[in-house]
Amino acid sequence: MAYISKRNRRQEKERQIAAHNRRELIAAGFKRRDLLKLGLLTSAGMLIPKKGLSAHPINSAGMVFDDPVSPPTTPFQENMPRLTVAQPVAALNPAPTIAPNTAAGEGRTVAHQAFAQFPPQRFYELIQQQGTVSVALPNELPPQTIWGFNGITPGPLFVEHYGVLGSPGNGSILVRQRNNLPSNNGGFGLPSVTTHLHNGHTPLESDGFPCFFFAQGQFYDHHYPNVLAGVNSTHPGIGDIKEAMSTLWYHDHRIDHTAENTYKGLAGAYVLFNEFDTGNENTGFRLPSFGDGQNPLTSFDIYMVFNDKLFDEQTGLLAFDLFNTDGILGDKFLVNGKINPVLHVSPRRYRFRWLNTGPSRFYQMFVLGPNNTTKSFWQISTDGNLLEKPVQVTSARFAVAERVDVIVDFTGQVGKTFYLENRLEQDDGRGPTGNVFGAGQGTKILKIVVDGPAVADNSIDPATIPANQAVYFYGFPNTTDAPRITRTFRFERGNGQWQVNGKLANCNDIRFAIKRNTVEKWIFQNNSGGWQHPIHMHFEEFQTLTINGNPPSSTGLITRGRKDVFRLEHNMEAQVYFRFRDFIGKFPLHCHNVVHEDHAMMVLGQINDVGDNITQP
Amino acid sequence: MTDLKRRSLVAALGAAPLAVPLLTHAQTIEVNSKFKQVSSRERIRQRYFPNLVLTSHEGRKLKFYDDMVKDKLVIFNMFYAKCEGICSPITRNLVRVQKMLGDRVGKDIFMYSFTLKPKEDNVMALQHYAEMHKVKPGWLFLTGSPADMETLRQKLGFTDPDPALDKDISNHIGVIKYGNEPLERYGGCPGMSTPEWIAETISWVDWPKNSAHMKANGGAK
Repeated sequence: MAYISKRNRRQEKERQIAAHNRRELIAAGFKRRDLLKLGLLTSAGMLIPKKGLSAHPINSAGMVFDDPVSPPTTPFQENMPRLTVAQPVAALNPAPTIAPNTAAGEGRTVAHQAFAQFPPQRFYELIQQQGTVSVALPNELPPQTIWGFNGITPGPLFVEHYGVLGSPGNGSILVRQRNNLPSNNGGFGLPSVTTHLHNGHTPLESDGFPCFFFAQGQFYDHHYPNVLAGVNSTHPGIGDIKEAMSTLWYHDHRIDHTAENTYKGLAGAYVLFNEFDTGNENTGFRLPSFGDGQNPLTSFDIYMVFNDKLFDEQTGLLAFDLFNTDGILGDKFLVNGKINPVLHVSPRRYRFRWLNTGPSRFYQMFVLGPNNTTKSFWQISTDGNLLEKPVQVTSARFAVAERVDVIVDFTGQVGKTFYLENRLEQDDGRGPTGNVFGAGQGTKILKIVVDGPAVADNSIDPATIPANQAVYFYGFPNTTDAPRITRTFRFERGNGQWQVNGKLANCNDIRFAIKRNTVEKWIFQNNSGGWQHPIHMHFEEFQTLTINGNPPSSTGLITRGRKDVFRLEHNMEAQVYFRFRDFIGKFPLHCHNVVHEDHAMMVLGQINDVGDNITQP
Repeated sequence: MTDLKRRSLVAALGAAPLAVPLLTHAQTIEVNSKFKQVSSRERIRQRYFPNLVLTSHEGRKLKFYDDMVKDKLVIFNMFYAKCEGICSPITRNLVRVQKMLGDRVGKDIFMYSFTLKPKEDNVMALQHYAEMHKVKPGWLFLTGSPADMETLRQKLGFTDPDPALDKDISNHIGVIKYGNEPLERYGGCPGMSTPEWIAETISWVDWPKNSAHMKANGGAK
């Protein structure tokens, strides 16, 4: 049985019972007319679960609605996998070219703009292909056919480093994506792809623009210079260190088909280190060491990819709701590809990097301790961008695509068991209800057992940072340069269609132009009391200026800081501040509830050297 | 009826905990026997395509899966004949989409518009609507029993999770859904988009250009 909220748990149980009852009735030879005579098909109440036997009219084909529910699984049986680290290759064949190598089968259509300036130092090749994975014990769910980068999901973890002063391009890499996906999709998935690095400061032809998709048999070279914003403009040399990023991810972004393709497995993780955030707890900011990412005795910086999925009741296989336009919720919670796994830790501090790949769920994560206690932890970033200093919190809320880096201190907790618990109630794709469950009443997602060997801990104890020290990390870039223009983006629904400013997305319609190396102020509006939208802007991070007229929060549910996803909640209006520097090209601004995104909740724009004055694109 | 007494059936269904032993039993079965070997295509049919009998604007009776969906590339939308809102512009859009898809419509591509008001949209009303918009063969306007049309609406996801908004049928008109049944590729797009863009999005679920299917059916649009 999935560990989900009390209310959802009850619903799930009711659904399962209903499903089993239906099967029993069929096996017992009951005919529909018998059930109608008995009144079983018309009364709801306790007899019939909400969407079980009879919550909807009976049609002439004799079918009833059957709200799907996953088969039961036993939580906390298998260890949480650590993500496989991506390995460079010696060379690519054919060698990468600045112009698209169309003759050799490259699907790219735009030349690399910064290849000569930041020549790639390392090369990778990712094959997007079908793979087989195990998500639960083999006697509980069958092997799953997925689409993955190199056939695994989550895909390989990139561990990269920014360049250094004098050699800003030292961190430059090139990733060749090959589309070897099969034509037979097993029920969902479109074998046509484009891969977005969320949210690299990446020349836009390599960013994974939704309309730059490429076909089976083709490849696409992505050039990731791994440089700081400002490198070609405000901060020549190495860029603005205050624009450093740490926790990124990559995923399929195929226009209109992102939800099914990412759900099927096309998502992976990417981290960036530099001379301050070094991955070594003895140097720089002294954040818990990354090590090799695998060895539990040396690797204390752990990336956790969360997603929720549904498995077919009859076949036990991953199922996708093909005709849903609202948002899709799963009843099984996976961490790094396993349903409800277990993580064994040593009594020391850890850096956890939390990513929610959706498709549509919002989380508010707590660390649940013994006897339903709530353990506080330190939040150090929003969307992979370090805060001014660690902030002690009891929870972090993150919607699809948001990332939160935290430090959890298990010092002195030998023998104890903790859980990552999502206490945010959400019943459908509209977003969370706003209700936050009490301790132990939410969904336990990951079990953490402090039974690892005692190991040295040289990482910074955030509690020792003086309270009057305002900045421990980089600090934030200023938000005082005058914006060239203020633009408004209204996210809404009309006649069942998702819209931005009343308009519909279309690859042939680039709706506005930003002038390179300028500042813009954007206003995000949601006039709905029913829907919430995680709004994502590619290429640049923003800082929030106001939310409903109030300044963003530095404590509790933190909204102050650099981000690339804005959680646009009910009836909310926010002002955000952007700097667009260095590179040009096309980008999308979109809702990252990937189901909304696939139904046109997107605006396409471009950065060029002219710009425009369209205030409501 | 079997030896299971109706009274005990009611009791069993009425008390949820009694179903728990069934679950426990299921858990002890090995995974191979616990799950059925059913193709994904068949599961899609079971989940989304009830074989309801519908009536077209030409007065034909058609089974939804067997006659209308199976082996075809299909395009779905919802409408009603007296709709004064966005039904007409969407229908006009689809008329242009039909033109772009050419003579494949009616051959391997089929367009289906389902009424949201089956009580008032009888065959004559549908026929009038089709003639008014000068639709060509291969595009059917369909009605059926109110329960069947409601089933179809729910199955194909023309819904709103807010029950109050779900009752407002204007909320179910804006989206076009499409799919290639044998290829198991599906998608959706806004009906108020441009006809060119709608046709392009539909082309993404089409058979590959060099496939035997395309050779037999005269190639792309």
